[in-house]
Amino acid sequence: MRTFILRRLAYAIPTLLGISIITFVIVHLAPGDPIRLYTFGSRATNEDIEALRHVYGLDQPLPIQYVNWMWKVLHLDFGQSFIYHQDAAALFIQYIPNSLQLTVVALALQLLIGVPLGVIAALKRGTWADGAIRVFGVMGHAVPAFWLGLVLILFFAVQLRWLPSQGLLTVGKDVWDIPDRVRHMLLPAFVLSLTGIANYSRLLRTETLEVLSQDFVRTAHAKGLRERTVMFVHALRNALIPVVTALGGILAGLIGGALVIETVFSWPGIGRFTFQEAIAKDYPVIQAAVLIASVLLVISYIIRDVAYALVDPRIAVK
Amino acid sequence: MATTTTAITAVAANDTLVRPSRSLWSNAWWKIRHDRLTVGAFFVLIVLGLLSASADFLAQNLFNYTFEKQDLLATYTAPTTANPAYLLGTDDLGRSQIVRLLYGGRVSLSVGFVAALVNLTIGIVIGLAAGYFRGWVDDLITWFITTLQSIPTLFLLLIIASIWEPGPVTLTIVIGALFWTGICLYCRGQTFALREREFVIAAKTIGARDRRIMFNHILPNILPLIFVLAAIDIGAIILAESALSFLGLGILPPTPSWGNMLTGAVGNLVRGPWLVYPPGAMIFLTVLCLYLIGDGLRDALDPRVRSHAG
Repeated sequence: MRTFILRRLAYAIPTLLGISIITFVIVHLAPGDPIRLYTFGSRATNEDIEALRHVYGLDQPLPIQYVNWMWKVLHLDFGQSFIYHQDAAALFIQYIPNSLQLTVVALALQLLIGVPLGVIAALKRGTWADGAIRVFGVMGHAVPAFWLGLVLILFFAVQLRWLPSQGLLTVGKDVWDIPDRVRHMLLPAFVLSLTGIANYSRLLRTETLEVLSQDFVRTAHAKGLRERTVMFVHALRNALIPVVTALGGILAGLIGGALVIETVFSWPGIGRFTFQEAIAKDYPVIQAAVLIASVLLVISYIIRDVAYALVDPRIAVK
Repeated sequence: MATTTTAITAVAANDTLVRPSRSLWSNAWWKIRHDRLTVGAFFVLIVLGLLSASADFLAQNLFNYTFEKQDLLATYTAPTTANPAYLLGTDDLGRSQIVRLLYGGRVSLSVGFVAALVNLTIGIVIGLAAGYFRGWVDDLITWFITTLQSIPTLFLLLIIASIWEPGPVTLTIVIGALFWTGICLYCRGQTFALREREFVIAAKTIGARDRRIMFNHILPNILPLIFVLAAIDIGAIILAESALSFLGLGILPPTPSWGNMLTGAVGNLVRGPWLVYPPGAMIFLTVLCLYLIGDGLRDALDPRVRSHAG
């Protein structure tokens, strides 16, 4: 198990290297000169611009800039934001807790709703319940999440006035006012979790059907175990293994999906922040954002693989 | 030749158990024809395609309105049947929603299909190469795909779009160039298995070149399920494009796309709530049809599904 974890960690190194190169290259191939952009309209002379360019190290060849940048990044220094003149990584990191709240709640909703739906569909195969769950599974995939968010805002916030349409909590309320926070979280968390619910319900349906057709389930039936024991002790435990694998894709979906959902619901998280900074072309922050979000994703992939090896020991052996 | 055919027919007529043998494709065609949901989805998609293709004609002859025509005396007109152009109401500039919806469909559908073509081409070629040549080619490609999959796609797309501000054509190619990893991994895995099979060895023995083996011998064997992946990819691409356009970074106004029509709707939730429903419903319907077609094709073409289906 330890060798497996170590090997898995070693595999992440080239990936991280690749991510850093892509992040660096994208921003540096950008047309337009950030220094000229930010001195535009000011009385900066050409010498001033050259001096600024030297300060930011933009006068050196690209590979050297990359190595310099990488060296700083390894010391968690992404440089200063062009706009806020603050540490780029710190700016980004302060939004992580807000996004994490939303992501964790959405993930919990996915598991708590998606998994039972899939199992029920498999057990009631061919009935109207199965049909309804399958239709829901396809529809949950196909619905544009941001549009669903808008429709829900229109319905619950604008017309019924039951729920707030945006933000983390009501302005002026106490930070620990839990009911208020829950009310703000309901709509975005539901919209964010929808794709995952659909995913899990489809996955669990196929898996449960697959497991139920296997020999050990037939044996369990044959030796006279009760239906409930067969289902929960024998079948379900095996059907749940792929849930762990699906986690990786779901996390990627959550981080990516949060970008749009956070913007729709004005949720002050990493997605909305990255969007605003991308619009403003604040390169150091953009680099920090892509790199940190990707590293989070790589870490969650590693956790997924280790968890998978824990529940299914055959994997670690390979 | 003719005699053998008659002989076989004669035998077949005598033996009621013998059926004409069916190829994968004729089998699939038969299955799809009897799958009402898939046929329905195909039908809806074709109707949507025809409507979008005839946007110019319909706008001129039926609605008498162009997509950029503004009428400041008719802003926020609620949906009405009195004037065909106001069937879905007008927005804050008095533009006809139904006409914009037609043109938006043209943009969204073509972005989806063209980008899917790009990602199919890249994915198939690179996937075949990785699976066939293995070794360092495969290592390099696998490394690149793992890297690409570790960056949240929408982040990457957002940043590329905000930095380069690409036009519709460039944007389509960029989206295509970011969504090829799924198809590529599938091709790679299949090629890995197929290159050890006898027919590939036979082709090699008679001196077929690598390119011929890859495209004439291996590709036809993996093509069926690629259609399934392609249908699903087109749906995913349309969703991504609409999200990007919604954020104001994809297809830019005045060119209407279903995504950027919704951007306009956000600011007018109170005065024009009818602006919210149609564009999103169209995205939903289109993507739903594509996913249903994907599912239907999988049922018809995947040999594993066939053996499991009870």
